[in-house]
Formats: sequence, structure tokens, C-alpha cells
Amino acid sequence: MSGAAKREYKNGFVRWVEYRLPIFSAADAIVGRDYPSPKNLNYLWNLGSILGLALVIQIITGIFLAFYYIPTAEQAFNSVEHIMRNVNNGWLLRYVHANGASLFFAAVYIHMIRAHYYGSYKAPRELLWLIGLAIFALMMATAFMGYVLPWGQMSFWAATVITNLFTAIPLIGDSVTIWLWGGFSVDTPTLQRFYSLHYLFPFIIAGLVMMHIWALHTHGSSNPLGIEVKGPQDTIPFHPYYTAKDLVGFGVFLLILAFFVFYQPVYFSHPDQFKPADPLVTPPNIVPEWYFLPFYAILRSIPDKLLGVVGFVSSILVLFFLPYLDTSKVRSAKYRPVFRQFFFIFLADVVILGFVGANPPEGAWLVIGRLASAYYFIHFLVILPLVGWFERTKPLPESISTPVLGDAGGGAAKPEPAE
Amino acid sequence: MKAARRLFAAAATAAALMLAGSAGWAAEKPREPESRDWSFSGMFGKYDRAELQRGYLVYKEVCAACHSVEQLAFRNLREIGFSEEEATAIASEFTVRDGPDDSGEYYDREALLSDHLPEPYENENEARAANNGAFPPDLSLIVRSRRGGPDFLYALLAGYEDPPDGLELADGMSYNPYFTGTQIAMPPPLFEDMVEYADGTAASVEQMSSDVAAFLYWAAVPELEDRNRLGLQVMIFLALLTVLFYFVKRRVWRDVH
Repeated sequence: MSGAAKREYKNGFVRWVEYRLPIFSAADAIVGRDYPSPKNLNYLWNLGSILGLALVIQIITGIFLAFYYIPTAEQAFNSVEHIMRNVNNGWLLRYVHANGASLFFAAVYIHMIRAHYYGSYKAPRELLWLIGLAIFALMMATAFMGYVLPWGQMSFWAATVITNLFTAIPLIGDSVTIWLWGGFSVDTPTLQRFYSLHYLFPFIIAGLVMMHIWALHTHGSSNPLGIEVKGPQDTIPFHPYYTAKDLVGFGVFLLILAFFVFYQPVYFSHPDQFKPADPLVTPPNIVPEWYFLPFYAILRSIPDKLLGVVGFVSSILVLFFLPYLDTSKVRSAKYRPVFRQFFFIFLADVVILGFVGANPPEGAWLVIGRLASAYYFIHFLVILPLVGWFERTKPLPESISTPVLGDAGGGAAKPEPAE
Repeated sequence: MKAARRLFAAAATAAALMLAGSAGWAAEKPREPESRDWSFSGMFGKYDRAELQRGYLVYKEVCAACHSVEQLAFRNLREIGFSEEEATAIASEFTVRDGPDDSGEYYDREALLSDHLPEPYENENEARAANNGAFPPDLSLIVRSRRGGPDFLYALLAGYEDPPDGLELADGMSYNPYFTGTQIAMPPPLFEDMVEYADGTAASVEQMSSDVAAFLYWAAVPELEDRNRLGLQVMIFLALLTVLFYFVKRRVWRDVH
């Protein structure tokens, strides 16, 4: 890591390049030489590398799909059907890309929930969290625009509903929306700019991922105990230990992806996506993909359009303040009994919001939606700061090597303390 | 997955029923189609070629009068067991418009394997004019675009009934408990012995409904057999690889305390 002595490269070719372009020492500086990692990371720490894999899968399948996809209102739907029916293994590319997006979000949510549970975003890793959120925001934009591309009924109406949110902006809302559309409704110009940005954003994400890794490797990974590494006895080199462990995660992720691709390929889709876009027929209940449902529920819980949009945007913005709202000095929920309870209540709240988002905002759903939306903000703005101030935390272990106080030798009996 | 889906469906249905009770829209709710056992269901599902060919016959003789399957080309019929000659012969029964030729004229010719199945109407307006204002949808993806897929399609086709007492049908509409709103613009399309199957199967309404639902499932999901076959190979490979990775990991980690 920082201050590491300049490395002597054994390979002659590497030395030749390094002398002319010090790209290998630059990589060392960013990734960290050997990257000493806490030895107690559990399988929840696998999600980072899995997300990298998911991004690569999306980019590769996307590049091939772009060979055939045509971004016009007249041809988009049929070009997708052409991929499904006539392009060799086109169905495979498309199903991997579509289901890959869903699992990408599943993985990113687990990754974020892990950060919340273990307080990974606390000093000195606040910027790491913020870069991650920037990636998340770009992922949401990319996924939304990707959903529009097949130009099915839900594509068109999701695009219409979401772009219409901009009309809520006072005074300039209508002009901004027309400017975004590139016309007076969602049509070919909208589709083409969405396609262009859908192709661009993943590469910006890739750049941010490098910064995310750079920030991560500057202070090293957090760990389930939430205490800093005290010395070399607490760490193991990333390779081969975590490369081996990450491969297990890759295997499990790919198995889940393959299951959906081959046996439930349209499980995450919607029947209306198989009808070509029709601006004259509005589906009875316009719903986004599952991973937007909690945010969509917050949007629809608020009866006023402008305030609804403010609530929707705030529900994501509030995450940027998480390192400062979570006031406790102790990171891991393992030593925070009160926070731990509220953490699980919050998880349940988000799941409830997901169900609310999938149903029309009427009757019982409306009431549940409003309560759950309010609780979402109460969790971040009220509960987290208060719990941080008043909670009596459990005593922290001295170091990772001595995880249980007064039982220093206990770790030796268990070959894999982290699991 | 199926169990989880059922559980979720049960929970959702319970919630929906609760809401329906309070909101009072239970009357318009369509009947839930029964889940049927198709040859293409499940991880080892395969198409029954004879069934698909019977289904194509029903489509051609009955449905095609009003409904297109624009994504299908005659060449695709080889995938349901017709030989190249048979598919060519089927295509040659149809006439398609082509052109312009060297003198700039459009002309009619026999359909070829590369042509898509002809559509019954020139455009949507003609279709609506001929069908009391209703537009018969394209059937290429009908099993994907309707909840319940082939089960729904079968239930719909075989499930026409006399309207319950007190229900006033709108002009030109038929009663079908499986259709959203229970009033459908499509009159009962199938009657016994409407088609004559080459394999001697008795052409009951249920048989024809089932056959054409299977045919349309294939029309929407032609990759199914490739997908199932490749899926099995990929799943087995990945399962072995993951187990292998797990043991490698244990081996690498055995000295870490």
C-alpha cells in the first residue's frame, strides 16, 4: 500500500515496459501490492468481486446485442424478436443480459445492506461509500434506459411515467421534459438518446469502479468485527486466500444466473413487455422492475406530484448522508444490540415497500405505503442518530486475532473463524 | 422456485381478495385458468411435433382468418417436424405481394420458405372495420403477453359459457369467464370437428384448444428445446465447478486461524 518500496519485477518484458511506462507500479499503487486483507471476512464480502463480474457480463453481452438492436420506434421491438429468433444464440445473449441486470441489482443491494449492517461506510471509508452510491445511481439510470430499449408496452409507459416526473419541476418543468424527450412525447429521439446513454454509462461505471477499488485499498477492507487491522497477524494476502474464496462466490452467482436464464428466463419480466409499445393504450398498472419498487412506492405514496418526486429523489439522496447520520463510533452491528434490531426492522420496511410498489396505490396498499415510506426516512433521519448517541454498545475485541475477549486461544480451535 | 412462486401467488391472491372484498371489484375479476400439464413444461420439457402440427392446422384453418403470427416464417415450420418439401408446399398455397420488379410494378407470387406467414388484414383499420371495432391481436407472443400463458389460452378457447343471469352483454360481445372483464369481442371460435386432423385425432373443442395453445407456445418460445438442453449442461458444469472451487478454497484456507 502507501509507502511501499518500489517493486523489482522479475519478468524481463514487464521491466522493459515499466521502464518506459510505469503502468505496473501505478497498478500496484491503486490495487495495493499483495493487498493484505483482514483474515475474518465472511462470504458477504464476496459481493464486491461478484459485482465486478456482473458488470463485465453486462458489458460483453450488451456489446453483442448492440450488433443487432435497432433503436427506432418502428423497429426496436422487431429487432429484439430478430435477436431472439434468428441470431445464433441470440436468446442466450439477451436472457443473460436481462436476467443479469436483475441479479446485478440483487448483488448490489446485498453489498449495500452489508455495508449498513457492519457500518463499513464509517471513517475513513466515507468516500468509498459515496463513490459506491454514485455507481448505484448510474446503475439505476442505465437499467431504466435499458428497460426502455425493447420498446414493449412497459418500456414505453415506464419511460413516459419517469420522464414525466420532470414536469413536476416548478416553472421550467415542461420545457425540460420536452428537451429530454427530444420531441413532444416519448418517441424515436427519446429511444435513441436512451440507447446512446445506455451504452455510455457502463463505461463511466467502470471508471468509478476503479476509483472505488482505489479508495477501498487505501485503508483496506472493513471486516465483520468493525475494528481496524492491528498488525500483520490480523491479515492474509488477498491472493490466494480471497481469490480462492471469490471463485466460490462466482460459482454460486453464475449458478443462480444460469438457473434464471435457462429455466425462468422471463421471471423478472412483465407480460406487457411482450406487447409492442402502443402510445394509445395505457396499461392498468404501470410498474417498474422489481429493484425500483421500494423507491416507486415512496413516489406514489405522496399525493402531491412535486412532493412525490422530492420524496423519491430524497429516498436515494439520504443514503449519501448515511456515514454522518449513523453517529455510533462502533461500526459492526455485532456490538450494537439496539441498532441490530432497527436494522432488521428497516429491512422488513424496504421489503414491504417493494410489495406496495407492485400494487396500485389504493385501499390498504396506500395506507401501508405511506406508513412504510415515513418509516424509511425515520430510520435514517431519527433512529440512526439517536441510537448512535444513546445505545450501550458491547465491548469490542482487542484485535481480529483475538475476537473473543478473555478467550484469546479460542480462535485456534476453529479453523475458519469467519464462517 | 415453483413452490416459492406458488407461495407468493397464494399470498398475493389472499391480499388481492382482501382488497377486492373492500373495493368491490370482485364481480369483474376473470376466472383463474387451471394449470395444465404440457409436454414443454419443466426442466426437461420438449415439444410434441404431432401436437404442434395439429395446432398449426387449427391456426391455419380457424385463427388465421383474423389473427396474424407475424414473427413466424414458413421456414420455421421445419422446426415442428415438417420436411423442407412439406414446408415449401405449405408456403406455395399462399400468395404474397412482392416487388417492385424491373419495370417498377408490384406483383403477386407464391410464398417461399423465407416469407413470413401472411397477415389477414392490410392494416389495423381494416381489421377493426371487419371485427365490430375490435382488433384481433397478433399471436406471435400471445402466450408471453398474457398472464397464465398456454393455460390461459386453453381456458379461454375452451371456456366460453352462457352469460350468468342478469348480465347484459354489449353488442357483438360474447361471455367468457376467463377474459378480463368477462366480455370478449371474439365469438366462440372453435366447434367440434371444425378441422380434420391428418393423424385421425378426434377434433373436440378441448383437443383443438390444447393443440393450438401448444402451437402458439412454440411460436412465442421457439428456443425452448435448445435452452433446456444447454441449460442442463451449463448447470451441471457450473455445479461441479462450484464444488471444486469450494474444496480449493478449503484447502487454501486450512492453515488460517
